[in-house]
Amino acid sequence: MAGAVTSHLSHEAAKRPKHITESPIVKWVLISIALLFLALVVLLPLISVFIEAFKQGMSVYWASITDPDAVSALKLTLMTALIAVPLNTIFGIAAAWAITKFSFRGKNLLITLIDLPFSISPVISGLIFVLLFGAQGWFGPWLDDHNIQILFALPGIVLATTFVTFPFVARELIPLMQAQGVHEEEAAASLGAKGWQIFWRVTLPNIKWGLLYGIILCNARAMGEFGAVSVVSGHIRGETNTLPLHVEILYNEYQFSASFAVASLLVFLAVITLIVKSIVEWRTSIVQAGKEGEQADAH
Amino acid sequence: MHIELKGVSKTYGSFKAVDNVSFAIERGKLIGLLGPSGGGKSTLLRILAGLETPDSGEIRINGKRVNDVAPQERGIGFVFQNYALFKHMSVYDNIAFGLTIRKASKAEIKSRVDELLELTGLRGFEKRYPHQLSGGQRQRVAFARALAPRPDLLLLDEPFAAIDAKVRKELRTWLKQLIATIGITSIFVTHDQDEAVEVADEMLIVQQGKLEQQGTPVEVYTQPKSAFVASFVGHSTIIDDPAGLHGFDQAAIPAGAKGIIRPDFVEAGRADEISLPSAAAKGTVKRVFFRGTHLELELTVRANRLIANRSLDQPPLQPGDEVSVLIHRIYVLAEQSAVMVENPLKLDPLPVHI
Amino acid sequence: MKGSKARSVLPGFGLSLGFTVFYLCILVLIPLAGIVVKTTGLTWDQFWQTVTSQRVLASYKISFFTSFFAALINLVFGLIVAWVLVRYKFPGKKLVDALVDLPFALPTAVAGVALTAIYAPNGWVGSLLEPLGVKVAFTPLGITIALIFIGLPFVVRTVQPVLQDLEKETEEAAVMLGAYRWRTFRRVILPELIPPLLTGFALAFARGLGEYGSVVFISGNMPMKTEITPLLIMTKLEQYDYSGATAIALMMLLASFAMLLLINYIQWRSNRRAVTE
Repeated sequence: MAGAVTSHLSHEAAKRPKHITESPIVKWVLISIALLFLALVVLLPLISVFIEAFKQGMSVYWASITDPDAVSALKLTLMTALIAVPLNTIFGIAAAWAITKFSFRGKNLLITLIDLPFSISPVISGLIFVLLFGAQGWFGPWLDDHNIQILFALPGIVLATTFVTFPFVARELIPLMQAQGVHEEEAAASLGAKGWQIFWRVTLPNIKWGLLYGIILCNARAMGEFGAVSVVSGHIRGETNTLPLHVEILYNEYQFSASFAVASLLVFLAVITLIVKSIVEWRTSIVQAGKEGEQADAH
Repeated sequence: MHIELKGVSKTYGSFKAVDNVSFAIERGKLIGLLGPSGGGKSTLLRILAGLETPDSGEIRINGKRVNDVAPQERGIGFVFQNYALFKHMSVYDNIAFGLTIRKASKAEIKSRVDELLELTGLRGFEKRYPHQLSGGQRQRVAFARALAPRPDLLLLDEPFAAIDAKVRKELRTWLKQLIATIGITSIFVTHDQDEAVEVADEMLIVQQGKLEQQGTPVEVYTQPKSAFVASFVGHSTIIDDPAGLHGFDQAAIPAGAKGIIRPDFVEAGRADEISLPSAAAKGTVKRVFFRGTHLELELTVRANRLIANRSLDQPPLQPGDEVSVLIHRIYVLAEQSAVMVENPLKLDPLPVHI
Repeated sequence: MKGSKARSVLPGFGLSLGFTVFYLCILVLIPLAGIVVKTTGLTWDQFWQTVTSQRVLASYKISFFTSFFAALINLVFGLIVAWVLVRYKFPGKKLVDALVDLPFALPTAVAGVALTAIYAPNGWVGSLLEPLGVKVAFTPLGITIALIFIGLPFVVRTVQPVLQDLEKETEEAAVMLGAYRWRTFRRVILPELIPPLLTGFALAFARGLGEYGSVVFISGNMPMKTEITPLLIMTKLEQYDYSGATAIALMMLLASFAMLLLINYIQWRSNRRAVTE
C-alpha cells in the first residue's frame, strides 16, 4: 500500500528534479518529431482524401457517391461484411472459449494457426480460392457442371473476405479472457448454472467491450479489404465491385474526384472504427481502475 | 552532523506530503524512519536522495548544502522497495553498474564486486539473472549494487516489505550486522514498528508529513512526546479523562490532557494478587486473548477500556470476572508536554478513605 | 492452475474446440494446402526456373529492401512516437494516440490513392520535391513511404505497453548509481525495449512483404524497377499462369512463416526474462 500511494503521488508531481527526466528542450524536440512524422505519414493522406473528394464541388461529390455503380458497390460491400463478420464472430467466441477456459495439448499451435491469415499476403489469400474454385482448380470443373458460380461472384468475395478477417475477433478475445481466468465461470457452474447461462450471464458481460472492438475491427477490414477481393472478384462493374475496388477503377480511369468521393466513405468507416476503439479503451480502463481499487481496499 | 534537514516541506497539489521537517543524524547511525502508510516517509527519503525536489527547506550532507546537487552526485546508495534490479543484466553486471558509470578500471570493478559478492553471500550467483533468484537474494543484490560505489549514505525504502514473513526476520538481523560491519550511515523506511525497534539505533517517527519524534527505540517507547507516538510505538490505550482514574484525581493533571496507558503499567487480578490492593480500582474482564507468551486482558474500569497483560502462570480469568485493577502510572499528554505521572496512591499508601 | 479438460466443470469444450478446428480447416488450412499441392504439379526444374527468373528475383529485391527500410524507419520513429505518447503530456495527446491506429482501420486502397495523390509530381509534397530532383511516386521511395504508413502501428503498439509497464524505480536506481539521462536510456531503458522493438520491426517487415493495396497505386508497377512480389503474382494470375503464380506464392509463404517463427522466438525469449513475482 505504502508504495502504491507514494508512486501515485509522484506521478502527479509536475516538477521533477531536472537530472532525472529529459530537459524541456529534448522533450519538445521529441514531441515535435513525433507529431511531424505522424502528420506527414498519417494525417496528410487522411486530409487529402477529403480535399480531393470535394475539389470539384459538392454536386460532383454527391453524384459520385449516388452513381448506380457506387451504390451497388456499397451494397455488395455491406452484404459481404454482413456475412463474413457474424461468421468470424461466432468462430472467435468459440475459439476463445476453447483456448482460454480449458487446457489441452497443441493449444499454442492452434493459436499460431488462427493467426496465420494475418501473416499471409492478401494476394495469396485470394489466390488460394482461385486455386480451389477456378476453372483449372480442384472444384472448378464440378462447379462448372452444376452451374455454380463461386469465383467472380458474391461467394468468392465473401470467402476471401472471411479468410482475411478470420483472426480479428479471436485475437481480441483470447488475451482478454485469458486475463479473466475461469474462476467466475466455475463459481457460476458450482451455483448450478448451465452452459449457455454461464456464457450469457457471466462471460459475455465481462468481455462485451473487447468483443465489440473485435467486431468493429473485423468489420472495418471486411469492408476495406482490397488485395484478396481484387483477385477473386473479376472487377465486373455494378456486379462484383466492392467499394475499395470501385475506388481503384475510378482512379485508373482518371476520375479522381469521384474516386476520392467513394474513398471518403471508407475513411468515415475508419474514423468511426477509431472512435469506437477509443471509447472501448476508455471503458476498459475505467473497469480496470475499479478492479484495482477494489484490490487496494482489500489489502 | 552528517545529515541535516532544516524546515523541509513538499506538497502535491493541496496535499502536504512533508510538512516542515527538521532533523540531524550522526555518522554511522542506523536510522528507522517509521510511520503509517502514506505518512510521507518515502517522500522524505526521496527528497534526501534528490529524486524529489522539496518546495522549501535545506538539506545538508557533511555540512554542505545539497539541494542543488544532482542525485547522481550526492554519493547516496538507494535500495528500492521492489529492488528495481536491471532485468537484462546478470548479478555481476547489476552490482558493477555504478562502478562502470564512474569509469572504474576492469580490475578495480572486479575486486569490488567480488568483495560485495562475498559480503552478501551471493558468491556463485554472479552469472544469474534477477528472474533466477529468490526474493531474499534479489534484495541482497539490490543492497550490494547500492553499496558498490562506496556511498556515504545508504537509503532503504521498505527493504523487507516484499519478503515472506519467515525470511524477513533473518534478513533484518543480517542487514543490521552488515551495516554495523561497514559502518555506513543508513536510513530505512518502514511502517512496521517491530522492525524499526529491532533494527534501528535511532528512530524518526513521521505522521501526516510531520516529524513527531526522534530518539532511540527505548526513548521513544518510554518517553513518547505525542499521543500518536505513544499509540503507534508499542501497545497502549488512550484515556480521554485521566483524572477520572482511581488515584489520579489527586494528581495535578491539566484540564483537557489525555492519558496513555501501556499494558505493562496495569496490574490486574484477584484482590490478593495485586501488590498494592488499596490503590486498585474495581474492573471487569471483557475479553481474554492468548498471545503466546502471555494472556492479554481487555478490561473495563468505569467508562474506560484498558489492556493488561497477565502471566500464564497465574490462575486464568474468564470474561465477566470481577477483578482489581492497579494503574501504576500514566503518560499525561497536554498540548506541548508529555509527562509520566505515577499513581499518587502508590506514593502515599495511606488512603484517606479508611 | 487451469483445470485439465477432464476435470473442468465448465461445459462446451468439445463443441467449441470442435467448431474451431472444423472452421479453421475448412477456411484456412485446406485452401492453403492447395498452394503446396498445386506447386507439386510442377517439376523441380520448372519450379526453380519460375521462382528464380530475372523478373521475379528483381521483385524479391524490391519487396525486401523497401519493406526493410520502411520497417527500419518505423523502428526509429515508432520508438519516438511511443515514447512521446507514454512519457509526455501535451494537448491533443488522445487524438494523436488514436491517429496511430489509422493505418489499421483505413482500407489499403484508400491509403494507396491518397498517398499517390500527395506524392505524385503534381501532388502537395511531390511538387515540392520535384524541383529538388527527388521523385517519390513511381519509384522504390514511393513504395517505401506506403509501407511506412502501413507498418507504423506495429512498432508503436508493441513498444507502447512495454514502455508503460517499465518501473520508474529501475530508472531511478540507475540515477542513484550515477547515470545521467542518456546513459540511463542507453543502458537501462533501451535494453528492455529491444524485444518489443524487434517484434514490431519483424511485424512491420512481414506486413510490408505481403502488402498490395497501398503499394500498387504509388509504385507505378514497372517490371524490374518498381514491381513488388505480390503484384507479380497478380500479373501471373491475370495471364492465367496459375502454376507460376502459385510457385511465387509458395516462396512468399515460406518467407512469412520464417518471420512468424522469428517473432515467436523473440517473444519466447523476452518472456523468459520477465521476473515472476
